[in-house]
Parts: sequence; structure tokens; C-alpha cells
Amino acid sequence: MESLGVLLTFPMNPYLEEELSRRCKVFRLWQSPPERRQEFIRSNAPAIRAIVGNAYVGADAATIDALPNLEIVASFSVGLDKVDLHKCRERGIRVTNTPDVLTEDVADLAIGLAIALLRRICQADRYVRSGEWDKKGDYRLTTRFSGKTIGIIGLGRIGMAVAKRAEGFGCPISYYSRSEKPNTNYKYYSNLIDLAANCNVLIVACPLTEETRHIVNREVLDALGSKGVLVNIGRGPHVDEPELVAALREGRLGGAALDVYENEPHVPEELFGMDNVVLVPHVGSGTNETRKEMADLVLGNLEAHVMNKPLLTPVV
Amino acid sequence: MLPVLTSHHLNLMMSDSDRPQLILLRPTREVVMEPLSARFQLLKPWESPLPRDRFFAAHAARARALLVTGLARVDAPLLDALPALRFVITNSVGVDHIDLAECARRGVAVANAGSVYTTDVADYAVGLLVDVLRHVTASNRYVRLGLWPSRGDYPLGFKLRGKRVGIVGLGSIGSEVAKRLEAFSCFISYFSRKRKPSVTYTYFPSVCDLAVASDVLVVTCALTDETYHIIDSDVMSALGKEDGIIINVGRGPLIDEVELVKRLKYGEIAGAGLDVFEYEPIVPKEFFYMDNVVLSHHVAVLTHEAASDLVQLIMANLEAFFSDKPLLSPVSICSL
Repeated sequence: MESLGVLLTFPMNPYLEEELSRRCKVFRLWQSPPERRQEFIRSNAPAIRAIVGNAYVGADAATIDALPNLEIVASFSVGLDKVDLHKCRERGIRVTNTPDVLTEDVADLAIGLAIALLRRICQADRYVRSGEWDKKGDYRLTTRFSGKTIGIIGLGRIGMAVAKRAEGFGCPISYYSRSEKPNTNYKYYSNLIDLAANCNVLIVACPLTEETRHIVNREVLDALGSKGVLVNIGRGPHVDEPELVAALREGRLGGAALDVYENEPHVPEELFGMDNVVLVPHVGSGTNETRKEMADLVLGNLEAHVMNKPLLTPVV
Repeated sequence: MLPVLTSHHLNLMMSDSDRPQLILLRPTREVVMEPLSARFQLLKPWESPLPRDRFFAAHAARARALLVTGLARVDAPLLDALPALRFVITNSVGVDHIDLAECARRGVAVANAGSVYTTDVADYAVGLLVDVLRHVTASNRYVRLGLWPSRGDYPLGFKLRGKRVGIVGLGSIGSEVAKRLEAFSCFISYFSRKRKPSVTYTYFPSVCDLAVASDVLVVTCALTDETYHIIDSDVMSALGKEDGIIINVGRGPLIDEVELVKRLKYGEIAGAGLDVFEYEPIVPKEFFYMDNVVLSHHVAVLTHEAASDLVQLIMANLEAFFSDKPLLSPVSICSL
């Protein structure tokens, strides 16, 4: 793969970066300051045949247009909302992602976030660390997780894995999807407002597309209501973030646990002071084991491409 | 037209002698006290200027039932001060604060909270485990300190699939924890006083053996003389390695806390999720400097749902006692 010039968009994984450096010629996009990036891309364009991007920095239309020799975009993510798929199809550029290997980590986190939120684990930890416990006891009652109705937006791989875990807690499962899935016992809603109105914990697990942008809007949040909570393990833009902050501020929504935000790494600071909110920094696939598997998938796809073999996880 | 009588009116009309007396040692939640005060004449020593024993002599000489909350001690001196007492009900599952032998000697029946807390404690144990492995609380703190934009992504956590989880005490809580973790593709083993033939999990006859074969220990057993410091230095060495995690939702004294602090400080244990502490509410300050521990103030049982279930169970046990029917959640020395 030594002749493969790879534009690496972000320092996403030390092992991946090391392997790419060993085996290919790597151009590190983040090492040039933002105002010089166009220039950096233009001057290295002839050599660049591949892009490795992630959930933060992908391959948008402008970047693709600037790279006439681009053959493949291998994303270090399962979500492809940061890759201009239309343009890739037009130009015959291959696109791969990292499905399956991160499914369980994301589903594990969804349940962990839901429990942490309902049971106020983060707030309890803060309370103990404040040293206040031996001065006064604060024994507020929280909300049980087991048995709560879980509403899943998108019953794909991640949605199914979330459902399987929630079933272990005796949670009834309902879902909203473009179409009903055969062979599940889960309750299907063809309308997201109805799903939100009839569940306690609404979990976002669908891909981000033009149709699903802001799918969780003010109406959905109001339907979920002051006794309902939102868990977002999808993409920030799935949720109308200012509406979410307003709903929380005004008590129209019971709580939210978020792994993703509209403008990462920036998180609305108003949320920092709220006890009914859990905020984690896009850690859905953030385990040592999974990131290595994701990296191996990226490397495997690039290698297959270079050797003219079938790609491992092609999307385009 | 006759006036409508509400239960409030009935309570006012019922003289104290119609309502059985129920002693409380400490105030407890309104959600518990309110229904009890509707049905029983509550004796509240803390509201009296008299010292407790004088209060009992003056007001509780014929009181037959006692509700213990907050793990207040029920010992021989207390029992001496309540000669008519024949029933003690505690709002906890653990009864290490009750001298069962003394109660048995005096013909005092004891009931506990049965299984009202099982679900919530199991949920909490799983929540702590995911939190420790995936840094939920620590990275939430990181975000709220505004560090994500400046310091970048949070360090990676650890996958749950394939983790070998050792349950210390496979009682009702331990079993519910195991059932939940199976859906996360964890491998479950356990230590218990006796092997459970109906269970498919791998049994280990000692906690050390369990620890050697585990990545995570979840402590869910009762505190007794035998289980004091059941998680000791040897067990921690056996668990050891760099990714050993301990979750405790049982009682603080189940773990040698001084030893645990030391092991965490020197990186010999990878992390811990602790809802209970040896000398709570005193918590070793060393924990406050650790990002790989999650701490809570003995809250695993505290949900609205459990409180409601508890009230129902307390009422049902008291009704049973006062009508000479079998208790719903009796405890005896033999059942430990």
C-alpha cells in the first residue's frame, strides 16, 4: 500500500495512524491550521487517493472536488452523514464504514446512560465528592429503570441491540421506523409523535440523513413530556438542540442523556447546571477493543481496494 | 343529606385505642409515614423532650410493634425498654442492625423488606458497572468542566462483551444482576455459601477462586460475621491485573476499604463502583482524586417505585401481625 496517499482528517486513533504511516503515505489534515487547509489539500491532491475520516471530519463536496485522484473514502465510523455520498456515487468513489463492530458498545452505552440518568448516578457521585454526605443526608428518590417502556427510533443493528439489553430489565419495547420490521414482538408505531407519547425512554438509534435531521423536534419532545426522557446515541443533528434545551429549562421534558451534539465538541452550557441531564463526549464506540476493530476494518478495506479485492464493508 | 365521611374524618373519629400502636425510632419519609399514621397510632420518641427510655416507659408500655428505619439498632437494651414488643419490622433487607438472637429469645418476630429493593439494586449495580467501564460519570464531569473543546476526546473505556463477571453472593439481587448482564454478553460465575444446582453459571467454592477467574466482581451478599471483609487483600490480588473492577451494592464492611484505596491508588485495581462504605457517611478522601471510581451515598434502593412497594409491604406485614396471620417477609436466624 506504499503508493497509497491517504488524507487522514483527524487524529482519531493512534494505532490506526501508526499503521497507516507504516504502510501508506499519510497527509494529516489537522496539522495545518484551518485557514491553510484548502491550500494543504490542493498542493497534495495529486498524491491523495484515499480519505480516512470520522464522525467529526469526513469528506464533504468541496474536499472531494479538490481531489481528482480520490478513489476511496474509508470512514472510521458507521455513520456516513459527514460523507457526501451523492458526490461519491457520481464520481465512482468507493465508500466504506465500520458497521457491526461498534454495535454493542453503542447499545451498552445507551442503557448505561438511561440508568445513569434515571438513577442520578452522576449527581450522587458529585454529592459524595462534595464531602457533604457526613454533614447532611440527601436521599432524594429517583426513578426505577426496570419495566420502563423504551421507544427506539430506528430498529437497525444498534436499535435491536438496545432492545435486547432492555428486555433483560423487563422493559416493554416499542419503535418507530420507516417500515415495520418482521419477526419482532416489539410494538411498531408509524408515527414518531405517537411513539414519544407512549414511552418513558426515547432512544435515538437511526442513521442521520436529510429525512431524519431534527426528527426529534419540539412536538416530539412535548409528546415525550415531563415524565419522559431522551437518550441520544445517534447524531447531534437528530435533535433540535435549542428546542431540547428549552424543553429542559421549562420542565416540559423529564430529562436527557446525550452522547452527541449538533456542534461537537461544543455543548450548550445551559445544560451544565441541570441535574436531569447526563452529558458524555461522543464515547459511543469509545472502547479500546472496538476502536482497534474499527481501525482494522479501515485498514482491511484500504488493502482490499489496493489489491482489487472485494471491499469488506462497502456502502458505495 | 348526610355528610360524606372521608378517611380523614374516620381517622379523627377513631380514638387512639382503636388504632394499634406502632413505635418508630427515627423520622422517615412522608411517603411512608403518611399511610402508616392513617392506620396506626405512631409513637415518635424524637418529638418528646423525654429521653427515649422514659418516653417508652410513659407511652409505649403496651406497644407491640416497632418499625425500624435508617438501620437503627435493635438490641437487648432497647428490647428491655419495650416489654410488650412482639414484632419488629425493618425497612431494610439486611438485618445486621437487629439482634435476632435476642428477639428470638423474647418471642419477638422480625420482618424485613423482602424483595422490594431487588430490582432497583440490580439495576444500580449494572448502571455502576457500565459507568465504570465506559466512564459515564467521569466523562460527564469532563464535559461539564468545559474540557472537551480544549483537551479533546476522553480516554477510551472497555467493552462489556466477554467480560468475566463474578457475582459474590448469588441471592435474589445477584441473580437479577446476572440475568441483566447476560444480555450484554458477559460471562457469569458466582460464589455462594452453597452451589445452586438450578443455575447454569459457573460456581466457585471460594471468593479467591472466583476472583482469579473474573475481570469484574459484583458484591451483592448480606453482611454477616462470615462475610465481613470478604473482599480482602488476597481477593484483590487474585482479581488484580490492570483491568480488575469491583462493584459494591451490598454493605461497606464487605470490603477491606483501606486495602481497596491502596490498590486503586497504585493502579493494582482498575476501578470501582461503590454505593456503600465501611464507615459511611465517612468516605476515604483519596477516592475524591480518582476518576476511575464512581461513588454514591447508599442510594441503590431509593426509587419512588421501591418506596411505594415498601409501604405496601410494611402495611401488609403489620396487618398480618395484628390479625395473627403469617408475616409476608419474616426473618429468622435460621433463614440467614
